Amino acid sequence: MAVLDPHHLQATTGAWRQLRGDRWALMGAALVAGFVLLAALAPLLTALSHTDPYTYDIEALDTAGVPTGMFGGVSGAHWLGVEPQTGRDLFAILAYGARTSLLVGLGATTVSVAVGTVVGIVAGYTGGFADVLLSRFTDLMLAFPSLIFMIALGAIVPSSFPKPLFIVLVIGAFGWPSVARVVRGLTLTLRTRDFVLAARAIGAPTSRILRAEIWPNLASSVTVLATMAVPGAITAEAALSFLGIGVTPPTPSWGRTIANAVSWIQVDPWYLLAPGAALFLLTLGFNMLGDGLRDAYDPRVSGSRG
Amino acid sequence: MIRFLVLRTAGIIGVLLAVTAATYVIFYVFPADPARMACGKPCTPESLAQAREFLGVDQPLWVQYLEFLKGLVAGRTFGEGGGAIACAAPCLGYSVQHHQSVTTLIAQTFPVTVSIAAGAAVLWLLTGVAAGTVSALRRGRLPDRAVMTMAMVGVSMPSYLVGLLAILFFGFTLDVVPVGSYVPLTENPVDWAFHLITPWCVLALLNAAIYARLTRSQLLETLGEDFVRTARAKGLRERTVVVRHALRTALVPVVTVFGLDLGALLGGAVITERVFSMYGLGALLIDAVGHTDLPVITGVTILAAAFVVVANLVVDLAYRALDPRV
Repeated sequence: MAVLDPHHLQATTGAWRQLRGDRWALMGAALVAGFVLLAALAPLLTALSHTDPYTYDIEALDTAGVPTGMFGGVSGAHWLGVEPQTGRDLFAILAYGARTSLLVGLGATTVSVAVGTVVGIVAGYTGGFADVLLSRFTDLMLAFPSLIFMIALGAIVPSSFPKPLFIVLVIGAFGWPSVARVVRGLTLTLRTRDFVLAARAIGAPTSRILRAEIWPNLASSVTVLATMAVPGAITAEAALSFLGIGVTPPTPSWGRTIANAVSWIQVDPWYLLAPGAALFLLTLGFNMLGDGLRDAYDPRVSGSRG
Repeated sequence: MIRFLVLRTAGIIGVLLAVTAATYVIFYVFPADPARMACGKPCTPESLAQAREFLGVDQPLWVQYLEFLKGLVAGRTFGEGGGAIACAAPCLGYSVQHHQSVTTLIAQTFPVTVSIAAGAAVLWLLTGVAAGTVSALRRGRLPDRAVMTMAMVGVSMPSYLVGLLAILFFGFTLDVVPVGSYVPLTENPVDWAFHLITPWCVLALLNAAIYARLTRSQLLETLGEDFVRTARAKGLRERTVVVRHALRTALVPVVTVFGLDLGALLGGAVITERVFSMYGLGALLIDAVGHTDLPVITGVTILAAAFVVVANLVVDLAYRALDPRV
């Protein structure tokens, strides 16, 4: 079994050791873990302050709809202040918005990495005509202007189709080509390695070679690719929601809150701060973690931080 | 070289045909009927049928697609008799919402998008490469760490967030730049640049981060290569070694990414134009999406795809010019 290949084991423990010593990667992991906790515990945390992301609280606003009090209406009940016009609790919107961001981000990444890995392995391992066909198709998909296409598709998708699922599928559908490219390249080089040739020589079935010889050697690279794909998917969801074609209200989304903040930026700039900072920190966390993972697993790449 | 160009051009036409066909099928198979929105209110069955005939959507899909291709090459006419509207080549369709041909709409909004994109691109390429070079030459020391930390932050910042903060701070609090309007270059070049300076800087700041990271890692790799050692051994000045020999090679992948980014800029324009309230291609598209104006949606999408494909060709040509090995 290739999993027990001593070289492979050694590489993995070495990578772990390096990762544990990488302050940036650890900070990134901590940020990501913090947001995962926030999303998971959202109902619990909002129960503490007796808030939810949907209830209007006109009491917290003045007659012009601007939050009363300092920093956008921060108080014991509203930890991060309230939304102008409606008085909905910003902390609750932020916590539940983290669910949207993470679910869409991880869901879309799962789709793109799964499709990309399968296409990449098939193209790289079978070679020949299938490779030419799949590679051409991958190139064609890369030529599609993805954001424009997502927007255009959002205009024509029937309203009966669940919007979050649509967003996950559409972001995933445009994310797989870059994964497929890398996986294909890696598979191409693995295919000619001695242990694969040996497995073929003793007549191992292709499914077994793929599962026991090729995949274990791809797994770490695919993990890195997946981690680095998540921030892109999260920003894509936020961008779509920012443009008003993401998840439908009242489901909280950071992107939509940022878009709403545009019209209040002069009277209530604090409204922009919480969702903006959250989106930035979550993206930053995944980027730092992804960078660290790449440096740990691929020592050839000198890394961005030397 | 000629063989290469011919082959690549043929490939591009193939890809573009595939993209237009896919776009056409996706957008016209879906239940959103362009004729329904053209028909107006109240929409009687007769006027709906008339609108269908006018737009040509009463015909089978493949006939529609061929008509579209014909319009692209030779122009076409919508409707017959007195109400007919001629659409000269390259005709991308007719927008009933705007009562104009899609080509005209695109021609009107295109300068705005290009103005934003071109200025920003020049700025970020220069700053990104400069920062990355400094970073690589001072590896591990303070300038390197500062640039790389900035780059990490920049990569993680969504452009609309930085844009909004810039508008808030420079536009409202300090009141030193104009907010949300566009002055055509032909009208007043100074005002044109003045109105665009905020979007340029915001886009440049964020994209420069990516270029700084890329330039740094490429340059570090190149500086370790044999030909750089040879150049040093020949007694060339360090400046010449870095600029003439190492940087030239290191920039090849940077140029690749730059070309692809330029091709993809149309996509980013959607967000930038929303933030800075400028009416370019991106705003046109969002507008069309809101009104299910399918001809405009397909037109902009196909144009955006064409941009990506052409950018790919330019990148390949630049590769040949820069990299002596190819």
